[in-house]
Amino acid sequence: MKGLSILLGFSLLGYLIRAVFDLPVAGNVIGLILLVISLFAGWVKLEWVEDTAQFLLRHMMIFFAPIIVGTMLFFGRIGSEWLPIAASLIGATVIVLLVSGYVTTWLGGKQEEKAHE
Amino acid sequence: MNSDVFNNMPLFGMTVTVLFYTLAQLINHRLRWLNPLFLTAGSLMLLLLVFKIPYTSYRAGGDIITFFLGPATVALAVPFYKNATKLKGQIIPIAAGVAAGAVSGLLSVWVLSSLFSASRDTLSSMLPKSVTTPVAIEIARTLGGTPELAGVFTVLTGLLGSMIGPQLLKLCRIRSDTAVGTAMGTAAHGIGTARILRDSELQGGISGFAMGLSSMLTPLLCIPLAWW
Repeated sequence: MKGLSILLGFSLLGYLIRAVFDLPVAGNVIGLILLVISLFAGWVKLEWVEDTAQFLLRHMMIFFAPIIVGTMLFFGRIGSEWLPIAASLIGATVIVLLVSGYVTTWLGGKQEEKAHE
Repeated sequence: MNSDVFNNMPLFGMTVTVLFYTLAQLINHRLRWLNPLFLTAGSLMLLLLVFKIPYTSYRAGGDIITFFLGPATVALAVPFYKNATKLKGQIIPIAAGVAAGAVSGLLSVWVLSSLFSASRDTLSSMLPKSVTTPVAIEIARTLGGTPELAGVFTVLTGLLGSMIGPQLLKLCRIRSDTAVGTAMGTAAHGIGTARILRDSELQGGISGFAMGLSSMLTPLLCIPLAWW
């Protein structure tokens, strides 16, 4: 339970910081950043959170399932504009995947080659 | 069947979600190309439709499962921290990939939905669709879109990205761990990250980092759009 306490604690801390400073970032993402900093600083030891984190991450997909089920309430609204919606969702997802994939490949390629030398 | 039997009983939603997810995992072992999240959510929707179970009856249990998304997102710090030494000198390529992806995402939604004449409300709700859901909802509210609809588009984008992403990237010869992780986290936020974590802890760690970066960058990019 030590691991879960830490992960829930950082999650809560993220939400509090978000609420107090009225930041446009998600509370969970703030919690994620704070935990990265705490791990590097040595305030939190990897062993304390590793097992719980690995369990949650191995099954991360299930946590999204109920949210996707919830989209069925909007099928009527989506259906009335299905063509622009489908075109934008599919088109933009493909474009973002390729643009960020290629940009990272081009800029990162040289360094990776160096690392292999 | 009396559909009110399960009303406000979390046990029903929790049981069917865990059960269907477990079955989806088993099927995914045999049929690797079938996305387990698509399978789980799709069969749950069918269950509700076929037995005419109201969504609210399912939701009581579904909400409890979704609750763990909070600690799971925070847990993405672990794969990132463990692989940090491999990422030396890769921070700039990752950040540039996130920035290019975020800008091209906003532009392509704008162009595509104008091309197919989407309504203003749909466009404003669709613009932030690549970032993590709570951020997308906030952005849509600022842009004058419908927050709930923004949530739906975000989730569908994540599902789509997690279904086509790995194959598309392989097909286009985008293979390095850094590039795959950055592309998945930028295009498909947590759902893409959850998908790629099944293949590689390193890619998952990068994807989570990219998701964090893009959820901080996208609201900034949207500020000028709010005035337009």
